Amino acid sequence: MGESILSGTVFAAGISVGPAILPGIFPLAPLLAFNPFTEPVGVIHYMIVGAVMFTAGVVCMALKRNALGVLMGIELVLNGANINFIAFSSPYLRGDGAPTLGLDGQLIALFVILLAAAEAAVALAITLNFYNNHATVDIDRADDLKG
Amino acid sequence: MTGTIRMDSIFTSVLLHLPAPTAPVVAAVDWHSVLFLLFAGLACGFAIAVVAAENVVRMALYLVFSLAATAGLFFLAGADFLGAMQLMIYVGGTLVLLVFGVMLTAQAPLVSIKPSASDRALAGIAGAALLAVLLAAAVSVDAWRKPGVGEIPSPTATPLGMALVGVRVDDPPAGAPLTGRSGYMLPFEIVSVHLLVVLVGAAYLARAKRRKTPRAIDVLASSDPPSQGAVLAAAVPAVRTTSGAGGKSALLGGGH
Repeated sequence: MGESILSGTVFAAGISVGPAILPGIFPLAPLLAFNPFTEPVGVIHYMIVGAVMFTAGVVCMALKRNALGVLMGIELVLNGANINFIAFSSPYLRGDGAPTLGLDGQLIALFVILLAAAEAAVALAITLNFYNNHATVDIDRADDLKG
Repeated sequence: MTGTIRMDSIFTSVLLHLPAPTAPVVAAVDWHSVLFLLFAGLACGFAIAVVAAENVVRMALYLVFSLAATAGLFFLAGADFLGAMQLMIYVGGTLVLLVFGVMLTAQAPLVSIKPSASDRALAGIAGAALLAVLLAAAVSVDAWRKPGVGEIPSPTATPLGMALVGVRVDDPPAGAPLTGRSGYMLPFEIVSVHLLVVLVGAAYLARAKRRKTPRAIDVLASSDPPSQGAVLAAAVPAVRTTSGAGGKSALLGGGH
């Protein structure tokens, strides 16, 4: 993989950090020492993408005051979970000797997509109803049941 | 499954086996990894842009890009049918629904409702902490850190369809027992009834009602008796309407 000097300099300049020193100091060191353009992709890379999308969705749900923004955050969270399911089910990403979920992971992801579509339909109907009654989609105003 | 070329496997094969250039200098570049980095960067970047955007229409646009890039990640992992479903159901269906919601509810003062600065800082701290925990948990498992062996995935549409009607025709994953795998007939039926109920429920919730009291937005949009306007002004003080003098008088409590 790393024999070619030119490909190392062209594609991985500044990314290859000394792998011998870092692992003891910093738990993410294997990722820093990894040359992204020549190394095969594994499950962990998909999990990182899934974690970033999940976190973005959670922050979106917590932060947005627009009800539709909260719905978009839910979509992001479900997608982050789906990325993990797909990564675990993929034979291409499977490490040597590691187990996979097989087709079950893809089936679960399919059900997640279907339930997300159903959830979006009902949540949007509720939001439209709320908008008709309150003339706003600000969820801080949905406090009629506060008592 | 075997070495025979089938039409439905061509797409997967093309994505997973882009031919390496003949020049030895760039032969070491793994194009699967390059495409993964491209799609992963798009998915993560637009997901963060959804959080950072203030305008709800832009948020919907960024969400479209993020979900479409996720479909690219699915294709790269060998899940061809799931990638197509992601594009069709999410990008084609759910997002159209969301954009319709945005258009139906987006009046000028409502398009961007900004969170306060302290909320934003708190959400940033909580998000960073959550991300750190998730990444630490993901990195801590050795089996997930191994690079992929690059085993060629077979097309998944037929095995998925057969599994949904209760028959498993796919090969079990390496190391899994041959027997005891369940089909997905019962979840499929449950989801079917669920979707029907959701369809009926959503149509019921979103239908145009004939009501005794007028809707709040109709009251705001038309000139009304002062009493109703006063009630409404107490209920929704911050809403401005786009409808000229009638709306203003209703908002101010009606000073005719």
